[in-house]
Amino acid sequence: MAAMTLLSTESLSRHFGGLRAVDDVAFTLTEGEVRAIIGPNGAGKTTLVSLICGRVMPSAGKIVFEGTDISALPAHRRVGLGIAYTFQITSIFANLSVYDNVALAVQTGMRRGGASLFFLNEATLIARVEEALEKVGLDDRRDMQAANLSYGHQRLLEVAMGLALRPKLLILDEPTQGLSDAEIAGFCDLTRAIAKDATVLLIEHNMDVVMDLAERITVMNNGAILSEGTPAEIRDDERVQRAYLGT
Amino acid sequence: MSVDSSPIQPTKPVAGRRSLFDKVLFVHLAALAILFLAQFVLSDYHHLTLARVMVLASFAVGYNILFGYTGLLSLGHAMFFAAGLYGAGLAATQLSFGASEAFLAGIFAGLVLSTLIGMIVLRTSGVSFMIVTMMFAQAGYLMSLYFGEFTRGDEGFVLQGDIRTAHLFGLSFDLTSPDVRYNIALALLAVCVLVCLALVRSPIGRILIAIRENEERARMLGYDTYRNKLFALVVSGTISAAAGAAYALLFAYVGATFASIQYSILPLLWVLLGGVGTVLGPILGTLLMFYLVDITSEYTSAYMLAVGVALIALVLFFPKGIIGTLRDKGLKWLP
Ligand SMILES: Nc1ncnc2c1ncn2[C@@H]1O[C@H](COP(=O)(O)OP(=O)(O)OP(=O)(O)O)[C@@H](O)[C@H]1O
Ligand SMILES: [Mg+2]
Repeated sequence: MAAMTLLSTESLSRHFGGLRAVDDVAFTLTEGEVRAIIGPNGAGKTTLVSLICGRVMPSAGKIVFEGTDISALPAHRRVGLGIAYTFQITSIFANLSVYDNVALAVQTGMRRGGASLFFLNEATLIARVEEALEKVGLDDRRDMQAANLSYGHQRLLEVAMGLALRPKLLILDEPTQGLSDAEIAGFCDLTRAIAKDATVLLIEHNMDVVMDLAERITVMNNGAILSEGTPAEIRDDERVQRAYLGT
Repeated sequence: MSVDSSPIQPTKPVAGRRSLFDKVLFVHLAALAILFLAQFVLSDYHHLTLARVMVLASFAVGYNILFGYTGLLSLGHAMFFAAGLYGAGLAATQLSFGASEAFLAGIFAGLVLSTLIGMIVLRTSGVSFMIVTMMFAQAGYLMSLYFGEFTRGDEGFVLQGDIRTAHLFGLSFDLTSPDVRYNIALALLAVCVLVCLALVRSPIGRILIAIRENEERARMLGYDTYRNKLFALVVSGTISAAAGAAYALLFAYVGATFASIQYSILPLLWVLLGGVGTVLGPILGTLLMFYLVDITSEYTSAYMLAVGVALIALVLFFPKGIIGTLRDKGLKWLP
């Protein structure tokens, strides 16, 4: 394959006290792919992506993004490079309007593009907020307070904020958790649309969603990568079945 | 971080769509116009009181940028007020600066101090932030006593002579004249209000509010929250110093009381009373509190007790302050 490596980790570890949440992991993402990470609760999935986006700093190892070592960069700088993370536990600005939530994400991108924060082009800002809201289908709720959105819509708002950052790598941590079946179907369509412009890294427990969306799957267990392959390969992998799928 | 989420009130969309007639700007200009007109109807006593209140309200407006909009509860803002007060006062007495230059010296002192202090105290958050700011302010207070040779400590010193006349753009202003004092105080307040309004309606204001509401999320949206908090602290500290410098020059007295813990707590109370995270709240809060003390002290020597009870009642029944409550009751567009 001529495909480019977007991100790779070398011997990446993070220990919490004696607990090896992520232990000596070598993980590689190819530009443009949709990758799922699965694994039982406590496997270290959230910790691994948190290391990638900079929310958590590594105990050891290295993270390389587009050829540069980003291991020591603070989280906000990594967002600047194009790594966006949406939280497993919904984390929005509950007291602000839907518009302001997304505008905060758009502003970062505009500033990265060289705009001063004192004289931001309001028309561009508004247009880009609306574009992101339209993509997730929240455009008719832009003036609502985020706290008043339904849970499913709050998750969509998270995704809209991620999108509005215009990331190269969008990390979604259990985005479908707590969504209805109809909402999940909508989310799958949305992810496919997002994947046209960005690499998507998806942590997901819902196997239907994983099998539907992912081009490749990484299975984690006890802080390490247990197996990696196409959905079909993973389905047939005995070790995975024993450790996780339980079938 | 938001120290206590309850009184911290979010602002409504800073969203675009500015029409020719800007309702928000109009309301704030109207409030300033009322203060301007008040000088023609007030008795001498209230005229003087209001001049003082407007300078202290500028301090409260500055404090609110850090506390109300950024969610950082400082218990040490007396040091910034005092930096302006002493910066201006000592520049006048020790360096023979004129009034305008002394005013700038006070502002500069606040700018430098808030930058240095900010770089240290912003390493902490929550309760430690409150304690560390208080400790620095206490150190500042003790310094004002220690250098008694220049500051005359608790007793303080009076500004007199040439310093009572300000020269600006070839004009002379007699700072002993009540009218001049009133209008300079009003001009200061107007500048502070308009700066605050412009700031909180700008994209930067949106970032500060985001930090107050959910700092971790703001960081994961790509904002260097440390730098933004430092910016808020420096703006807040510098406005506080401008108020301190104006206080020294207009009322001709500089004393260590203004560096004491009392002047760190007062702006917090003014802001709580008027409305946390509102532009006009601090002004209303300062005004009411001043008169509350003034009126109760006529009847009882235990006036601080009465004020304390009033404040507790307020926090219990109007946790968002006066303007904050109004905003909840329908004036949602008020920043
Ligand atoms: N900040 C922390 N401090 C201490 N332990 C932590 C911390 N974060 C995670 N852990 C531990 O590290 C392990 C891996 O956690 P992680 O959240 O990465 O798992 P996960 O695969 O995302 O699980 P889930 O499917 O439940 O989200 C768990 O045992 C967890 O308790
Ligand atoms: Mg997780």
